[in-house]
Amino acid sequence: MQALIDSLVANCSSLQALPVSLVYAAVQALVAVLMFAGFFAPLAAILVFVERRVAGRMQSRVGPNRVGPQGILQSVADGIKLLLKEDIIPDLADKPLFRLAPYLVFLGAFLAFVVIPFSSKIVVADFDVSIFYLLAVESLVVVGVVMSGWASNNKWSLLGGMRAAAQIISYEVPVSMTVLMVVLVTGSMSVQGIIGAQGAWPWEWLIFKSPFTFVAFFILFTGSLAEGNRTPFDIPEAESELVSGYNTEYSGFRFSIFFLAEYANLYLIGSLATILFLGGWQAEPLVKLLGVQESWARHLLEFATYFSKVAALMFVVIQLRWTLPRVRIDQLMSLCWKYLVPACFVNLLAMSLWMIIMASAPAIVPLVISIVMATTGFAAFGYFFMRVKYHLDYAKAEITFNPLS
Amino acid sequence: MVDALKKEDGFHTEEMVLNMGPQHPSTHGVLRFEVYTDGEVMRKAVADIGYLHRGIEKIAEKVGWHGFMPYTDRIDYVAAMTANQGYACAVEKLAGIVVPKRAEYLRVIAAELNRISSHLIAVGALGLDMGAATPFVHALRERETINDLLESLCGARLTYNYVRIGGVSYDLPEGFIARTIAFLDHFKPIVDEFNRLITDNKIFRERLEGVAVVSIDEAISYGLCGANLRGSGLKFDIRKDEPYSVYSELDFEVPVGICASGRGGDCFDRYYVRILEMYESIKILYQCFKQIPEGDILADVPRKLRPPKGEAFVRIESARGDMGYWVVSDGTDMPVRVHCRTGSFAAMGIIESLSKGLMIADLVAVIGSFDIVAPEVDR
Repeated sequence: MQALIDSLVANCSSLQALPVSLVYAAVQALVAVLMFAGFFAPLAAILVFVERRVAGRMQSRVGPNRVGPQGILQSVADGIKLLLKEDIIPDLADKPLFRLAPYLVFLGAFLAFVVIPFSSKIVVADFDVSIFYLLAVESLVVVGVVMSGWASNNKWSLLGGMRAAAQIISYEVPVSMTVLMVVLVTGSMSVQGIIGAQGAWPWEWLIFKSPFTFVAFFILFTGSLAEGNRTPFDIPEAESELVSGYNTEYSGFRFSIFFLAEYANLYLIGSLATILFLGGWQAEPLVKLLGVQESWARHLLEFATYFSKVAALMFVVIQLRWTLPRVRIDQLMSLCWKYLVPACFVNLLAMSLWMIIMASAPAIVPLVISIVMATTGFAAFGYFFMRVKYHLDYAKAEITFNPLS
Repeated sequence: MVDALKKEDGFHTEEMVLNMGPQHPSTHGVLRFEVYTDGEVMRKAVADIGYLHRGIEKIAEKVGWHGFMPYTDRIDYVAAMTANQGYACAVEKLAGIVVPKRAEYLRVIAAELNRISSHLIAVGALGLDMGAATPFVHALRERETINDLLESLCGARLTYNYVRIGGVSYDLPEGFIARTIAFLDHFKPIVDEFNRLITDNKIFRERLEGVAVVSIDEAISYGLCGANLRGSGLKFDIRKDEPYSVYSELDFEVPVGICASGRGGDCFDRYYVRILEMYESIKILYQCFKQIPEGDILADVPRKLRPPKGEAFVRIESARGDMGYWVVSDGTDMPVRVHCRTGSFAAMGIIESLSKGLMIADLVAVIGSFDIVAPEVDR
């Protein structure tokens, strides 16, 4: 990022008159605004659409297909509808907190995007402890959620808020422990550093580095599902129990903020796993093959690599949402504290030992282990996607069945 | 109502009273519960019924014997056929009308199709209550075909008004048997698929197993019936034990709870009995189509029916258990009294004693597993 700005300043004479720090600040603010307006807002809209269409296919129905070609503009229509809705604040609500809460939820989700990279160079800010920062701002969400639950002056909302607080704080522990393990392996706390420690080929990814990182990936994924309030851990907004949980009393724009934050969170779930375990934007062989090391095409390629990994994970998350029932709060807690947290500790210890042992082993051994693990992992994913395809075809056959025809 | 538990250090906790319903996504209609909770754990959930009371039994005294039939649809709109059939059986017993054999078979075919569609809603809605939306939609997809079939049979998709006193209103339409058999052939693997999707799901079973255990004694003393009673392990089915209509000529099993968790009578047992009953209904339907005789579909019943003075009580196996009709006649063309005994009403009674110590999320499971249909509670 810095290099980009430096070259910009060097090439543009009128910018040289200004103080350098001001240019940096201005460019970074501009990038942040562009990122929100040009990337994440449309991303959320597209994700909503994709989720509804995937849900439709899974449930033998069509999903939104009326607004625009194939219903692609449905989210836009919904967004406009939400903005036109009356903004209702309950009479006995704690009004300042009620107004503030959605923005805290929004802030928590979107501040995290500061360190989420697009490519090797394009990132708003990359500092030495950016992965720590990511975990920290993600926890800000819980403040907003509890606040909205409390301020709504609705017992169902309050229950939702309390559930969210308990859940998110509990699942911070396994997620942070897993991140700690990644930091241990890569020796870096910066997002770009962690990605830089991995390679483009699957066997260079952290997930296939050892059996313990493989387990850690699933712990992280489960943990971030719970932190993002996604099914099967969506108990704070459990529709059939708590009506809609902490956002029951919200309407109009404030509700759409919650909605936006939820889908930003979905992207974050995918991003976190991609950054830590799936090699992030690494696309070196592809870049070399096309000979675009020094051009913008390199960043485009890297972004495409990164995004396709995130998209695959997001698809899995969406699928889980429409397949699984919801766990109960006590089961959720026991899963976290009885299974995930001890597993994290064991994992961390085992990985440390593994690193000590592997340090003295010949260089070929870790590579072979990684390749074997990657092959197994991809075979499993391949089987999973075959199953998905089979059921999609099967569902299509079901739609056409009509004994009356 | 709120009892404050004072503690020595000055802190105290209060009981929280939650108002669940009458408008709540998982109360299956307009039910209301006052839930007394300590955080997530319930002290008790008190059912507050009456939001859907329409005075149906009183209406019977004004509309005459024949005229009451459409109202029975509204007693249990999820399984209206059996509600029809129960009332017809009661009046026929009172008036001594002999129903033609073919009509009895048609009633059983309609009732069993309706039982499948009712159980589909029950198991699907329980999945929805547990947070899984997809099984519900899959269940409704299959129910849609049954609705189509019943529509071709009697012209209505929900409130059928198909059964008449002395028979049924329409004979089978052309091609009905072939279409229904095609559906059943297709439906049986779908139930297996449904089991793979949700019944065998670990989260789903963890949520239901061991929750709200009802022993056989408890079930009997609270008057539970139908699948709720059989879920507790008692093999009792009116179709088998006090056969009415042509059920004595049909071969089927009475499924009971499988005690998957080792404690019979939990939510999962009640749920799974319904799944198993769908298989049995499929079996019954195949036999019906094989055995159905030719003949009249409606006995010779006068338009102005005047049953002799007296009373009759008939109970039949509805999708929600015993459905009993008590009809009293004074010899005129208006009933003196019609009373209906329904399964959901009995199930509502046990929820308060079951709810103690459960979590709020479990209350939803309990309501769903008892398959409570609000209009059947209030009538």
